[in-house]
Amino acid sequence: MTARRIIPCLDVKDGRVVKGVRFEGHVDMGDAAELAARYRDEGADELVFYDITASPEGRTLDYSWVQDIARLLDIPFCVAGGIRTVEQAARCLDHGADKVSINSPALERPELIAEMAQVLGRQCVVVGVDSAFQDGEWKVHKYTGDPNARQGAGKLTLDWILEAQKLGAGEIVLNCIDQDGVRKGYDIAQLSAVRERLTIPLVASGGAGAMEHFLSAFKDADVSGALAASVFHSGAIAIPDLKTYLDQNGVEVRI
Amino acid sequence: MSNVTLIGYGSGNIASVRFALERLGARVRVTADPVDVLDAERVILPGVGAAGYAMKRLEALGLVEALRAFERPLMGVCLGQQLLFEASDEDGDVPMLGLIPGRVTAIEPKPSMPSPHMGWSRLTKRRDDPLLEGVNDGEWAYFVHGFVCPDGEATIAAADYGLPVPAVVNHKNRWGCQFHPERSAKTGARILKNFLELPA
Repeated sequence: MTARRIIPCLDVKDGRVVKGVRFEGHVDMGDAAELAARYRDEGADELVFYDITASPEGRTLDYSWVQDIARLLDIPFCVAGGIRTVEQAARCLDHGADKVSINSPALERPELIAEMAQVLGRQCVVVGVDSAFQDGEWKVHKYTGDPNARQGAGKLTLDWILEAQKLGAGEIVLNCIDQDGVRKGYDIAQLSAVRERLTIPLVASGGAGAMEHFLSAFKDADVSGALAASVFHSGAIAIPDLKTYLDQNGVEVRI
Repeated sequence: MSNVTLIGYGSGNIASVRFALERLGARVRVTADPVDVLDAERVILPGVGAAGYAMKRLEALGLVEALRAFERPLMGVCLGQQLLFEASDEDGDVPMLGLIPGRVTAIEPKPSMPSPHMGWSRLTKRRDDPLLEGVNDGEWAYFVHGFVCPDGEATIAAADYGLPVPAVVNHKNRWGCQFHPERSAKTGARILKNFLELPA
């Protein structure tokens, strides 16, 4: 068995962790490597660094901060945002990242998943999927990092995750954007539907607001990991408390 | 201070392994030159891509014979452990270094046990070994792999993932870690430290 993973996600801009404030831009939260070390010490199982707004602007990653984090961390981390080529993904790994996550670029050119899996190994390739309920179906969205660029991707979520898996994804992070930022819980129905169809690990994202939400994601949707941002950054949920709670409720966690 | 030679033969976890060794105070040389390998005090072979790709790279760089001939401590990490065995089902049928008997096979997904095996699993020791000095049963290690080594006499620590996963192996002067010691917090650091202290 594996312990269910608790995965804080940090938004990074120019090597700094930032917090999005609705309609007001971003507030600086501190140095990415320093915050990473704090979460490591609190017992995070893995970290995701999301280079924000990278995809819509077509920017490339600055890898120096990836290397700073890699030097410091002794837990795994994934870099997301801005990666559109195998070379960029390889550079991320060469700077010490363990996995790379691709989202919109994989929608534009699905073969990118296969190319990355072949050269880097599928275990490094995470496909992020932003999904919303529309007209009675779960549909994939792209460019969700930028509210002005966000659009439907013309794919059904349940089709796309299977295609991504077949092409060589090693893990899916399903971000349920109806839930994102509202802290009313993970979308258990959608996660369960996706979990049933996949054979690769699934990570829940979007909606965590209370410890019960994590419990439900693990117990009811059987996800391998649960990703969250604001509840950890704000201090609303402390990772040691969350892990104790999950352990007491029969979920195997790394304590 | 230990000197360690890290084989850099493509994109993989080479940087993260190097950083972990440097945190332990080791002098790390990254190389793809067989001459450097033969002359090394101790060698770590990390994973790069999939088995077929990794073997192609090792062959192209002339490293296969150098690794086979190497008589001081050698440790394969993740895919690097798998490469020590005879062959792998990954990418069809790939002949590998053949330093440890047996064949690497796919992990078939089961309910609640997706494949790849990705995440933290507990270690159980099978026998004492200098590499496992100070590591206790039940400690956690971070695994990421879709293929698994054969469980046999070489297994010195295992994890349970619906099947026994050889987590640490040893045969003569060769060791392997299926999990990522560089990403397995204190347990991983202890194993790397033990490797650096093996008599060379």
